[in-house]
Amino acid sequence: MVAALSPPRILPSGDAAITVEFSRTIDEQANRRVLALDKLVAASAVPGVTETVPTYRSLLVHYDPLQVGFDVLGERLTELALQPLPEEKAVRRWKIPVAYGGENGIDLEDVAKALDITPDEVVARHVGGDYKVAMIGFTPGWSYLSGLPSSMQMSRRQNPRLLTPPGTISIGGIQTGVQCLAGPSGWHLLGRTPVRTYQLGREPTFLLEPGDAITFAAVDDKTFAEQDHAAEAGEIVAELLSS
Amino acid sequence: MNKLVIASVSPGTSVQDAGRFGAQRYGLVPSGAVDRLAMAAANALLGNALFAATIELGPLNSVLTAKGGAVRVALTGATRPADVAGQPVAMNATVTLADGESLNLGVARAGTFGYLAIEGGIRGEPMFGSLAVNARAGLGSPYPRPLQAGDELQVMAASSTSDKRIDMPATVDGPIRVVMGPQDDEFSDAKDLFLGSNWTISATSDRMGYRLEGPVIKHLHGHNIVSDGTVNGSIQVPGNGQPIVLMPDRGTSGGYPKIATVISTDLGRFGQTQPGKPFRFKAVTMAEAQAEYRAFAELLQSLPGRVHDSNILMLDIKALLSANVAGIAVSATDDDTWQVAVPADAQD
Repeated sequence: MVAALSPPRILPSGDAAITVEFSRTIDEQANRRVLALDKLVAASAVPGVTETVPTYRSLLVHYDPLQVGFDVLGERLTELALQPLPEEKAVRRWKIPVAYGGENGIDLEDVAKALDITPDEVVARHVGGDYKVAMIGFTPGWSYLSGLPSSMQMSRRQNPRLLTPPGTISIGGIQTGVQCLAGPSGWHLLGRTPVRTYQLGREPTFLLEPGDAITFAAVDDKTFAEQDHAAEAGEIVAELLSS
Repeated sequence: MNKLVIASVSPGTSVQDAGRFGAQRYGLVPSGAVDRLAMAAANALLGNALFAATIELGPLNSVLTAKGGAVRVALTGATRPADVAGQPVAMNATVTLADGESLNLGVARAGTFGYLAIEGGIRGEPMFGSLAVNARAGLGSPYPRPLQAGDELQVMAASSTSDKRIDMPATVDGPIRVVMGPQDDEFSDAKDLFLGSNWTISATSDRMGYRLEGPVIKHLHGHNIVSDGTVNGSIQVPGNGQPIVLMPDRGTSGGYPKIATVISTDLGRFGQTQPGKPFRFKAVTMAEAQAEYRAFAELLQSLPGRVHDSNILMLDIKALLSANVAGIAVSATDDDTWQVAVPADAQD
């Protein structure tokens, strides 16, 4: 017998979106409920829903107020959120190659110093983690992963960088991230992957889905360069370990 | 092939339509026009689909030239002086540029973004169903970036339809309406301060977000929350207590508490508020906000019915009064002065 699920908070995000909030903190169980509700909403074809955005702790549901009102949709979403969670099924698992350190990961040495371990040990710990895509957001393909080993959790940088390279693999707080496009970041940069999580003209345009499992694998600079070249041409250089 | 050539252009000018939806779960924000009413009105004037791609014009000077034949356009949105070869061009009306003629657009006097629709729309390759420019994501067509001098838009040859003007709905004044939440419980007394104070938009604002200047809004539990989803009009409050209203090029998620959300109907009006001009927020109920949403949807659909031939004088007492109040010399019997003064004024 499983404990009854608590109802989520139904919060208005303006007049055309509802935030279904399961937790205020990063919480594995809340994220499971978010992803389960996301699937249920899609499978149930809830009238008026136009798109959904899963995050760590909440599901943002965009809707058309011409088709459904806040109260009716809020009740429907609550009902769906209280359905028993499905069994954890085998999920898609990707192996993502990463060139750690050097120019690709300019913070690796500093992270090692802060954790009082060697850079190789930082890489070993990061590669040793078992990760899940908790959400994708901010900019296209920016994938936030849960599962960072507690031994390498550290607060974000005091001064965020305005520009970090495409493909950056970084850590911040209790999360690690796969960044696709160049952009600002306040996280610690450990390396770069040749994998494009978002690439126009490639099928699929977006590689990762919320809920996917991720394993990182260290590669040398030469391999990175070769795979980066292939990826630029549209090849998928992440390896699908299970689906 | 007829072209509209960008001879010079204000910063912040880009091709925009209703935006691209369905991929926010992958971090891809919809983008799209800031002022949907003005964009739809420009399209209605030319018989285009209401949300066909238009040029969203930044507030400074721009010059656009027809090449290879005549091009018909319509100008709406921010009120600004405009002319073709010294002849004034009315706001909220169509104008045909002969081959080689230029439309000269001056600096916006009221509002921020103008909309220039082109008869038949803009030719381009839709990406996720939209031509809207999202420079960060490398999306948008024909150019995946803001427009630059020298750019050329492929357009259709001007038809021989008579020139048109549109009776724009009366401009709503008053506070920008918001629905409180989703994280208004992260604030206590600060909510009253937020709703009771004058705000201005900072000059550093852009299509990602409008930064507000006013009293410091303090959080109850600090300014870091776990990132969650955002919408157009989300009002997030970062550590310095100066709110940022998220605009169509926002990030799809954000990690600051959101005190309130601008209602859909007021997003365009808010987006047109000029930096430095004081305004207030007002909280409305969800029922009110959604009633306004329905009314706004009807208003958009009514736009084609508000288009009239320019040479037919429509006696609109309200517009006449407002024109006279503003003290601009208008002769109700002189077509030319009427056309120039009324639409410009009615927009204020």
